[in-house]
Amino acid sequence: MTGAEAAQVVLRLDRITKTFGKLVANDAVSLSLHRGEVIALLGENGAGKTTLMNILFGQYTADSGAVEVFGKALPPGNPRAALDAGVGMVHQHFTLADNMTVLENVALGTVPLWQPRLDPAAVRARITKLADDFRLSVDPEARVGTLTVGERQRVEILKALYREAKILILDEPTAVLTPQETDDLFATLRKAVALGLSIVFISHKLHEVMDISDRVVILRHGRLVAEMATRDTDRHALAAAMVGAEVNAPKVSPATPGAALLQLRDVSTPDQGNAPGLKRATLHLRAGQITGLAGVSGNGQAALADLIGGLTAPDAGQLDLDGVGLAQWSPRIAVQSGIARIPEDRHKTGTIADFTLTENAILESYHKPPMSRRGWMNWARAETATQEIIECYDVRCPGPETRIRLLSGGNMQKLILGRVLEAAPRIILANQPVRGLDIGAVNYVHSQLLAARARGAAVLLISEDLDEIMALSDVIHVISEGRLSPEFARGSMTPAELGVWMAGHGFERDEVAHAS
Amino acid sequence: MRLEPIANPSLARTILPPMIAIATTVVVASLLAMLAGANPFAVLGLIIKGAFGSKFAVLETLNRATPLIFTGLSVAVAFRARLWNIGAEAQLYAGALITVVLGTGALPWGAGALLPTLVLAAMLAGAVVLLVPALLKVRFGVDEVVTTLLFNFIFLLFVSMLLEGPLKDPMGMGWPKSERLITEARLPRMMEGLRLHWGFGLAIISAALVWVIQRRTTLGYEMRAVGLNRDAARFAGIAVNGVLIRTALLSGGLAALAGFSEVAGVKGSLTLDLSPGFGYTGIIVAMLALLNPLAVVAAALFVAGIFVGADSMSRAVGVPTYLADIMLATALLLMVLAILLTRFRVVRE
Repeated sequence: MTGAEAAQVVLRLDRITKTFGKLVANDAVSLSLHRGEVIALLGENGAGKTTLMNILFGQYTADSGAVEVFGKALPPGNPRAALDAGVGMVHQHFTLADNMTVLENVALGTVPLWQPRLDPAAVRARITKLADDFRLSVDPEARVGTLTVGERQRVEILKALYREAKILILDEPTAVLTPQETDDLFATLRKAVALGLSIVFISHKLHEVMDISDRVVILRHGRLVAEMATRDTDRHALAAAMVGAEVNAPKVSPATPGAALLQLRDVSTPDQGNAPGLKRATLHLRAGQITGLAGVSGNGQAALADLIGGLTAPDAGQLDLDGVGLAQWSPRIAVQSGIARIPEDRHKTGTIADFTLTENAILESYHKPPMSRRGWMNWARAETATQEIIECYDVRCPGPETRIRLLSGGNMQKLILGRVLEAAPRIILANQPVRGLDIGAVNYVHSQLLAARARGAAVLLISEDLDEIMALSDVIHVISEGRLSPEFARGSMTPAELGVWMAGHGFERDEVAHAS
Repeated sequence: MRLEPIANPSLARTILPPMIAIATTVVVASLLAMLAGANPFAVLGLIIKGAFGSKFAVLETLNRATPLIFTGLSVAVAFRARLWNIGAEAQLYAGALITVVLGTGALPWGAGALLPTLVLAAMLAGAVVLLVPALLKVRFGVDEVVTTLLFNFIFLLFVSMLLEGPLKDPMGMGWPKSERLITEARLPRMMEGLRLHWGFGLAIISAALVWVIQRRTTLGYEMRAVGLNRDAARFAGIAVNGVLIRTALLSGGLAALAGFSEVAGVKGSLTLDLSPGFGYTGIIVAMLALLNPLAVVAAALFVAGIFVGADSMSRAVGVPTYLADIMLATALLLMVLAILLTRFRVVRE
C-alpha cells in the first residue's frame, strides 16, 4: 500500500445515480478521496462531472446512492450541510456580489442575522492570514466588480477557505484563466494540499490534469469508466479513456493563402455592458486560410463576431469586403456578401427551439426565391432543401418536421453548418463551433472548416480552447480587452508566449503609439 | 419541485389536462350555483340551452361572438410576435369612432362603396392607435403592456369628450351619443329573416386570412420567428423592429373591426357602453385558442355562449350573471395551467 491509500478517507461517494428525464447523468458512480489528495475528474462536456459535484454539494438530490464526508452521511439536497461538513465549491460561474468588497463577499453568509454588523478588523486579519498561507494575493478592500477574472477566482477560493473547507471542489477552474494565472492557481492548490486539504479538480484539459492531480477519475456518458494514478498514465491514454477511442488531431497541410477577402482597419466598436468593444482592431481574412482568434473569454470576441456577422457597425475605422468599404452593414447584407456565420450560442442565436428543422434551415434564405416569392412561402421547396441538408450533413433526426429542440447539440450544429455552407460562402465566421460537442461532432465540424479552406474560403475561428486554435489555424491573433495582437504565423509562438498576450501584455507599446 | 420539459408528449398528455380543466370549471360553477341556492344541473343545463338551445339563442351567441373573434384575433396576432397588446379596447373604439365620423352622412355614397371604405378606415384608425405604443417600444424600449393598457382609459375619455361635444347627436335628448349611421353604412344581414349581420361573416373571413398570413407568407414566418426567439431572428437578418411595427398595424386593425362591426351591424350609433370589455375578453379568447387564429373562432363561440347562456339562466332561476365571469376566469386560469402540463411534467426535488 502506498502512503496516499493509507491516508484517511475524507469523502466517499457510493453508487450515485441521477437521471434527468431519459438522460442518465450519473450511473452508479462511486469514488473516494483521501486527505491531502488531488483527484482530477475528467470527462467530455456532458459526461456528468458537474452533476456529480452538484450532488455532492447538495444542489441536486441523487436518485439513489449516498455521500459520506469524514465518515458521516451527508443529508441530500442541503448545501448548508455540505458547507458545515467542510465541503467548499468554486463554481465555473462565480457567485460573487460585484458591488461589494472582497471582505464583504467573504464574510457574507458567515455572520448570523441577529448580529448587527460584522467586525471588519477580525475578518480582515483572517483573510490576510489565509491569503498568506495559501498564496492568494488579493486586496480585501477592493470592490469585486473591479477585479480581474483570476482575482475573482481567488476570492471564491478564499470564501471556501474562510468557511474552513477541508475539501475543495473546483469546477473547470482554468477555463477562464490565462496560462500564467493557471500556474498561480496550481501553486495555491499545491500549498492547500501540503496543509492537509483534499481537492477535486474538474477539467477536460489533459495537460493540467497530468500537472496537478494524484489520481484521475474518468467519466463517460455518466459512467465511471477508468480510475488510475496519474504517474502511471499519460495524455494519450487519458484522451483515449475519455472519448473511448484513440484521438487523432486533424492533419493540417500548409495553406496557400490568397487575397484578403475581409479586412478590418483600425476598427472600434462600442462596449456592450461588461463586454469590451473592439479597440482599433486590424485584421485581414485571406482566402484559403484559417485565422485563429485566441483569448480569454469576454475580451472582445463577441464584439468581433457581432461586427463580422453584421449585428453591429464600426464606430470608427473601416470594414472592407474585397477591398471595398461598406456603406451599409446588417446581418442580411453580411449573409448576402457571402459570409457564413456559425454563432457562439446555437440555442439562443443559432436556432429557434420551437421551429421545425425546415423553419430553422431557411432562417437566412426565406425572404428570396426559391424559398419564397413576393411574400409567399414555398414550403415544399424549403422542405426539399432541408431534406438535402439532413442527408449531406448527416443530421440525425426523425425528419424535417421535427422541432429542433429535440435534437442533440451536435445535430443542431450540423444543421447550422448545412444552412450556412450550402450557399458556398467565401468567408466563414466560426465562433466556438465545437463548444459542448462530442468528439465525433468536433471532428466533423473541423473537417468541414478545413474543406472550406481547401475550397478557398477565408475562415475566422474564434475559440477559448488554445489547443484547438493552435491545431487548426494558419495564422493566429490574440484578443485582449478588445485589442488585437499582430498576426502570428503557425508555429511561431508557444502557448506560453500566446499566454503573455492573452494576459494583456505586449499591447502597451501600441497604446503609447496611439495615444496621440 | 421543478418543471421538466417532455420531449414527445403522448396523446393522453395533450388531451387530458385541458379536459380536466373544463371539468373543474364546471364543478366550480356548480358549487357556486349551489351556494346561490339553485340546482347546479339545472343551472348548467339552462346555460347550455340559453346559448345553443334554439335558433334565436344560437344567433344571439354568434352575434355576441363576432366582436370577440376580432379582438381575439387582434390579441392572437400580437402575442404570437410577443407584442403584448392589452389595448384592443382602445383600438375597438377607434374603429367605432371613425365609423360614425364617416358613416353618418359625411360620405354620401352607396353601400357598395361606403362599407369597404369604412372597413379600411376603421382598420387604419386602429392601426394608428397601436402604432404609437409600438413605436415607443422599438424606439425607446417603453413597455407596451403599460402604454397600451393606459391608452385604453385615455382613449375612452377622448371618445367621451367627443360624444359630449362635436359628435353629440343634437336629437339625442342630451344623452352622450352620436348621430345614427345612414342606412348605406349599416351592415346588412347575412340571410333574410335571420338576425345575424355580415360582421360575423367578416370575422370568419378575417380569421381565415390571418391563418393564411401566419402559415403561408414571409411576414407570418417573420412574426412567429420574432415571437419565439428575438435574438435568433435578429441574428438571421430579420428586421425585428419592422416586423413588430407591421404586427402592431395588423393587430390594431383587427381590433378596430370589432368596433366597426358593433356600430354598423348592431348599435347603429356610438355610445360609451358600446363594448362591455370586448378588448379585454379578447385576451381570454386568444389564450384559450392558444393564439391559433382558427381556434379563436371556436374560443369566441365558447366565451360568447357562456355569457349569453348565463344571461338567459339568470332570468330563469335568479342566479347572478357574474357566474359567467367566474366561469371564464376559472376556465382561463385552469387552461393556462393545463397547457403547461401538456408540455412539462412536475418533478419533485
